[in-house]
Amino acid sequence: MNFAVLQFPGSNGDQDCVHVLRNVLGQSSSLLWHKERGLRGADAVIVPGGFSYGDYLRTGAIARFSPVMQAVRDFAAQGGLVLGICNGFQILCEAGLLPGALIRNRSLQFRCEFEFLETVTRNSPWTNAVPGGKLLRIPIAHGEGCYFADTPTLAKLEANDQVLWRYVNAKGEATEGANPNGSLGNIAGICNKARNVAGLMPHPERASEEILTSADGQLIFRSMIQALEAKNVGRAA
Amino acid sequence: MITQQTLPPPDPVVTPELVKKHGLTPEEYERVKSILGREPGYTELGIFSVMWSEHCSYKNTRPLLKTFPTRSKRILVGAGEENAGIVDIGDGLAIAFKIESHNHPSAVEPFQGAATGVGGIVRDIFTMGARPVCAINSLRFGELSSPEARRLFAGVVSGIAHYGNCFGIPTIAGEVYFDKSYEGNPLVNAFCLGVLRHEQIARGAAKGLGNPVFYVGPATGRDGLAGAAFASQDLTEESAEQQRGAVQVGDPFMEKLVMEACLELLATDCVAGIQDMGAAGLTCSTCETAARAGTGIEIELAKVPQRAPNMTPYEIMLSESQERMLIIVKKGREEEVRRIFDKWDLPWAEIGRVTDTGRMVVKNHDIVVADIPAKKLADEAPIYQRESREPAYLEAVRAFKLSQVPDTTDPERDLEVLLAWPSIASKNWVYRQYDTIVRASSVVCPGSDAAVLRIKADSLPAGAEENAGLSFPEKLIALTVDCNATYVYLDPYEGGKIAVAEAARNLACSGATPLGTTDNLNFGNPHNPEIFYQFRRAVEGLAEACRFFDAPVTGGNVSLYNQSPAGPIDPTPTVAMVGLIEKREHVTTQWFKEAGDEIILLGEGMDLADPLFGLGGSAYLQTVHGLKTGTPPRCDLGREKSVQEAVRTLIREGVVRSAHDCSEGGLAVALAECCISQQVARETPRLIGAQVDLRELPEPRLDALLFGESQARIIISVKSGQAAGVVERAREAGLPARRLGQVGGGTLEILTARGKVESRLEKLHDLWWNSIARAMR
Repeated sequence: MNFAVLQFPGSNGDQDCVHVLRNVLGQSSSLLWHKERGLRGADAVIVPGGFSYGDYLRTGAIARFSPVMQAVRDFAAQGGLVLGICNGFQILCEAGLLPGALIRNRSLQFRCEFEFLETVTRNSPWTNAVPGGKLLRIPIAHGEGCYFADTPTLAKLEANDQVLWRYVNAKGEATEGANPNGSLGNIAGICNKARNVAGLMPHPERASEEILTSADGQLIFRSMIQALEAKNVGRAA
Repeated sequence: MITQQTLPPPDPVVTPELVKKHGLTPEEYERVKSILGREPGYTELGIFSVMWSEHCSYKNTRPLLKTFPTRSKRILVGAGEENAGIVDIGDGLAIAFKIESHNHPSAVEPFQGAATGVGGIVRDIFTMGARPVCAINSLRFGELSSPEARRLFAGVVSGIAHYGNCFGIPTIAGEVYFDKSYEGNPLVNAFCLGVLRHEQIARGAAKGLGNPVFYVGPATGRDGLAGAAFASQDLTEESAEQQRGAVQVGDPFMEKLVMEACLELLATDCVAGIQDMGAAGLTCSTCETAARAGTGIEIELAKVPQRAPNMTPYEIMLSESQERMLIIVKKGREEEVRRIFDKWDLPWAEIGRVTDTGRMVVKNHDIVVADIPAKKLADEAPIYQRESREPAYLEAVRAFKLSQVPDTTDPERDLEVLLAWPSIASKNWVYRQYDTIVRASSVVCPGSDAAVLRIKADSLPAGAEENAGLSFPEKLIALTVDCNATYVYLDPYEGGKIAVAEAARNLACSGATPLGTTDNLNFGNPHNPEIFYQFRRAVEGLAEACRFFDAPVTGGNVSLYNQSPAGPIDPTPTVAMVGLIEKREHVTTQWFKEAGDEIILLGEGMDLADPLFGLGGSAYLQTVHGLKTGTPPRCDLGREKSVQEAVRTLIREGVVRSAHDCSEGGLAVALAECCISQQVARETPRLIGAQVDLRELPEPRLDALLFGESQARIIISVKSGQAAGVVERAREAGLPARRLGQVGGGTLEILTARGKVESRLEKLHDLWWNSIARAMR
């Protein structure tokens, strides 16, 4: 599969995503400069982490106006897979592709630490390869990762099975202590109603190799690959 | 934006008072006149003042710095040659690294002071053509009971986090100590390491007659005026207020863009020379590049992008606005610079050219405002041999005897006090605010003896696209930064040696062999002979130990005048050391792994030739008895090397499951840390107990056995059944070794001749893990 990894000024997780997709998972992957207006035939888009535009004004608020984002919107509207990681999640929320917003961590400080994630649903192109009951050990690194949405939006997310991951403790319980940033409902990642656009604050690309003490992040990328392959098979048939 | 061209105010007349205000002595001023053959103008006075400050010229310390070992087969660029040293790591790859202080700015404005400290050292690294891949830091503050110390501590940590996280560099290791002597004068030493191929080394030389000189990066403002000169004075309350304007304001986003653009430009081969504008800004970068190349340089200030209206030549030349670079471009290749910097939406300007006059000529609207022989300015600052006299306090230190303090009566409580002491307690409150894992290369994160970073194709300067086809064997780099300044205060020479020995020991415990050292010499006012004695003796100790461990000094920084009205700081020669680990299987962490594993002590149980049995200057004396005195432990370099080589050999043989060195708090604290320091995830430590029998070790006093800090000791654990063989082989090699016990259970149990010391792990962990967070609430 061919993955486009967007590169905004200030992106810093871009190379890590390309590294994992290419060198760990054997996919084709390349950086796409934010001034581009097309996606060069990519099968899926990753909006990586970092501090696009220095997080000035508000995280993700400027990046959503980059020329490449119109192509991403069109791609998403046609059902293309778009995954936002950390700052990428913030950008997708700012761009209106995902509901809700990410606000300052409850601690008012940046937090970088490994978390346990419960995969809430396996019914998505982002989670289909995660074994049932398996907790993912994946790190966060953000200052503004507190997921917030109004009550009706949250109710819709739950009703439509759009919550993909929650922060949990080692026993799999979504406790206050397991919540690193104050996210409502311990939400770590969600998808849109059509299920083809997703965002999460944790960094799967930083936990995709045993040498980094966890390879759980691979399961998210493998889910994407599996979904894309199924789609291609569907098309061929 | 300047919309209307108005004339800046006329320059002041150079008077003796003005000369004095610029920190130049009458003799130095005479030297300026003899170099110029006339009186200097105001801008020239400013230029000499910053270039001849201690920060830029090392005028008080250069003769001693020359005693450092600076060469080895691996050194590609040596100390003092360029902005950072470069070391060969094999297979055509190399690393550039350096440490630098930002103490005074951080005392005045902790957030921006620390942030720009990170920015400055990162620039030093990519200036060499290397991609910065990790940062570490060494910090000192007053005691956390002081609200001012807490304010500075919180501000510095968030400043480092702000800059490093946004720039996208993992802050992967560090050290933090709290001591009264730093109350008014915190220390912020920032380190950066970058990776490049041998042929990618860039030079800060203005080569090639007629080559254009480019200014790239954001516009010049009045921030950071004469920061280098500010860094070379004592801190007073008054100076702190007045000098707030000398603190620069950092923009990590801008730095990230400037770095990517510079690395992209360097890959085109159109760059003849490159240098960052750090301390002394445009002044230092122009005269140093000309001096290195033996050429001249001529610039026009009217072409320099300016952020503020009506800036004077003096201000433009001395500004330390951040994230700016000077690039000497090969003639005819200017278009490539424009293309790349426009791509990144970065300002650039062609401001001058390389000449063959040997002079640094600065014009403003065609009027010459400075005309100085570049080499004389850059390389011929006055050199001083400062007077040195043994400090009076050392007599009392040496007179201290253990009979003056009672032995411990409650070792369980004392262990808890030590683990909760902020200088020993876990620094997770600090490093959880740093992005430690961006770049997906952090193999061992903060919390073990040394951090470990892997080097992969995208660690190199060119981006992932260009490096796609590149393959080389996996490289693993270990990093640590160490200095027990209490030891240095109590015995500058032994303390200096120990700083190096401990750094090398931390690397050995992670499985690494030292490659090189960068040091940050933080001391008080060198005009005080007692302070200069500390400096001289500490440098002698550092130099001897670096030579012994074959870890040459590749560069570093001297920060003097670290004193507030309350007095000087403890002498703090911070040692950052970098090592190489041969294979990924050799990467070793400090925490115990599995129940049933056996625990071994490598090295003597205690240095019996030391009359204080390792308690001099110890954390135990400081916390339990409130005493900062006594001759610190001796550093026997031979013993130290043999224990380090033994642990490396055993690691390579594959028998070592964990390795942790004994430092502050001695054997008991080291054992406790082996039991409680593995963190699996948020609020999820992995606690694992141990049963240890110390009855066969010498025990002149119980406190010395448990908390003495005798050097050259490492605790390892091996698989069940392997201890006897390991001990035997170590002894055959002439190294004392002893099986101490076994891993497992829910408590740490230490058996001594005077009974059992038993501690619950949950309690030890809570005190160790949460103490700093509680103090900062």
